[in-house]
Amino acid sequence: MNAAAEKASWDEAYNFAYLDEQTKRMIRRALLKAVAIPGYQVPFGGREMPLAYGWGTGGMQVTASVIGPSDTLKVIDQGADDTTNAVSIRRFFKRVAGIATTEATEEASVIQTRHRIPEKPLKEGQVLVYQVPQPEPLRKLEPRETETRKMHGYAEYGLMHVRLYEDISRFGHIATTYSYPVMVNGRYVMSPSPIPKFDNPKMENNQAIQLFGAGREKRIYAIPPYTSVKSLDFEDHPFEVQRWPQACALCGARDSYLDEVVLDDKGGRMFVCSDTHFCADRQEKGHRGPMAADPAAGAFARSSDTSARKEGER
Amino acid sequence: MSALMLSETVTPKRQPLMRATGVSKSYGETIGCLDVSFTLNPGEVIGIVGESGSGKSTLLNVLSAQLSPDIGTVEYDLRHKGMSDIFRLSEPDRRRLMRTDWGIVHQNPRDGLRMDVSAGGNVGERLMAIGARHYGEIRAEGLDWLAKVELNASRVDDKPRTFSGGMQQRLQIARNLVTRPRLIFMDEPTGGLDVSVQARLLDLLRGLVRELGIAAIVVTHDLAVVRLLADRLMVMRHGRVVEEGLTDQVLDDPHHPYTQLLVSSVLQV
Repeated sequence: MNAAAEKASWDEAYNFAYLDEQTKRMIRRALLKAVAIPGYQVPFGGREMPLAYGWGTGGMQVTASVIGPSDTLKVIDQGADDTTNAVSIRRFFKRVAGIATTEATEEASVIQTRHRIPEKPLKEGQVLVYQVPQPEPLRKLEPRETETRKMHGYAEYGLMHVRLYEDISRFGHIATTYSYPVMVNGRYVMSPSPIPKFDNPKMENNQAIQLFGAGREKRIYAIPPYTSVKSLDFEDHPFEVQRWPQACALCGARDSYLDEVVLDDKGGRMFVCSDTHFCADRQEKGHRGPMAADPAAGAFARSSDTSARKEGER
Repeated sequence: MSALMLSETVTPKRQPLMRATGVSKSYGETIGCLDVSFTLNPGEVIGIVGESGSGKSTLLNVLSAQLSPDIGTVEYDLRHKGMSDIFRLSEPDRRRLMRTDWGIVHQNPRDGLRMDVSAGGNVGERLMAIGARHYGEIRAEGLDWLAKVELNASRVDDKPRTFSGGMQQRLQIARNLVTRPRLIFMDEPTGGLDVSVQARLLDLLRGLVRELGIAAIVVTHDLAVVRLLADRLMVMRHGRVVEEGLTDQVLDDPHHPYTQLLVSSVLQV
C-alpha cells in the first residue's frame, strides 16, 4: 500500500502488474485451490495478454497475480536470462509493475520459467512460476476432455504407463526426455510442463512454491513446498535423468544440464550449462571449463554478456 | 466318456452371473428395447439376433453399462459382494468392473483399440490399469496373448492400423481377455470380415470361450455365428424378445413367424 501512496514507479497507464484487481483476485482464488489440491488442474478465466499464446501468457498471469511492489523478479527461458522471451517478459513487468528484476536465482522472490528449474536449489519463500503449453499429461493418449477429467477424478492412470511402455518397446528405454509425467502427493498425475526430465527430481520436496499456468488451455495447478513428486516408471525400467560425458565448456560443471552449442561450420561445438546465471556465477568464482580460453567460446560468452548488460541499462 | 463330458458341462454352482429384469430403453418416441428379462449363467453364451433396428445393440449397450435403462434392472454377480445392480454402483466401481471382469468386443476394431499404440501396448493397457508396473511381465503376457489369438509375435510392436481387419479383431479379443474377464460382450464380432476369416475367428472365439469358461453375450444378425457360438438364443424384433430358447431348438424348430422368416431367409449354398 505504501508504494501506491508514493509516486507509482510503474507506467500508470496500466493497473499495477497489468491485470485489473478483479482478475488477479480470480486467479489468486484458483491458485489457492491449486495449492490445496496438489497437482489438480484448476480451470480459470484466462485473459488475453499482450503477447501470443505459447509465449508464456499463463505464466505471466500467475506472476501478475502473485507479485507485489517489493518483489524481485527473475525470468528464464530454457535456463537463460538473456533470450528473447525472458528479456521481453522481464521488461514487461518492469514497465507495468515497476518491480526490481534480477538474474541471480538467490536474489529473486518470484521466478518465472520456461522449460527449466534453476540449478541452484530454491529456498523457502521463493515462488517458481512455470509457463505451461499443455497441462493435460493424458492428452496425447486420450483426446476427450470429459474422459481425462474422469480419469483424474478416479485416479485411473494406467494409460500413462501405456505411453512409457510404448517408449520402451520402440527404443529399449523410456525415451521421454521432457514433460515427463509425475505423480504429485501420491494422487494426481501431472505434466511438469516441458522441463527436461533432468529437472524432475528437483520438484520433489522443493522448499519453494511451484505454480503452473497454462494460458491457452486456461488451467492452473501447483505443488506446495515439501510435497512428494515422483516420476512415473516401471519396476524393471526405473526413472533416470540425462547425463553427459562432458563437463560444461565454460565453467567445468559436471552436475548441470548442458546445451549443445554449434560454434562454426567445421563441426566445432561445445556443451555449456543451460542455466546462464549458474554458469556465470561459477566462472566468477574461478571455475574454468576446458574451452573457457577458446576465442569462439569466449565470443559466445561475451555476446550473452552484452545483451544482458544492454537489458540492464534500459 | 459320457460321464466325463457330463461332469465338465455341469457347473457346480448355479448362481447366475447376470440377471436382467424388465429392461427398457427408448429414445423419445423411438423404442430401443422393451421389457427384456433373462438370466445368464457362468460360462454360458447367449446370442441375440434380429434385423437391423430391432434393438440388439441398444440392449447390449444397456447390459454392458454403456447406456442406462429407463426402467428395469441389470444385476451382476460381483466377486466380493454377490448380485448387485450395476447402475447402483459408483461410477469408479462400474468403470473398474468394465475393465477387469468384463470385456467388450466392438464391431469396429477402431472403437475398441488404440490405433496409435502398438499391439503389445494395447494388450498391456488393462494390465497397467489394474496396477501392473513390471515391463518385462507385461510384455511377456502380451506376447502370450498374441499367440493365443494366433497373431505373429513379430508384430507385437506394430501399430494396429497396419493390421488387416481380421487381425485387428483378434487383437481386440486378446486385449479384452488379458485380465481374465468372466463375461464378454460382443457386438457383431465378425461384421465386415470375409467368410474364411470369419470362420477362423469364430473357431478361435469358440475355443477361447470354452477353454477359459467365459460367459458371453453375442449380438449379431448372422445366424451362422450364433449356431456356432451360442448355447441359448434370443430373437428380437421391434425392441421385444419374440422367441428364446436353446440355439438348436430355436433355429431348427422356430415357432414365432418372425423367427421362421429369419431362418428361412438364410441362403443355402
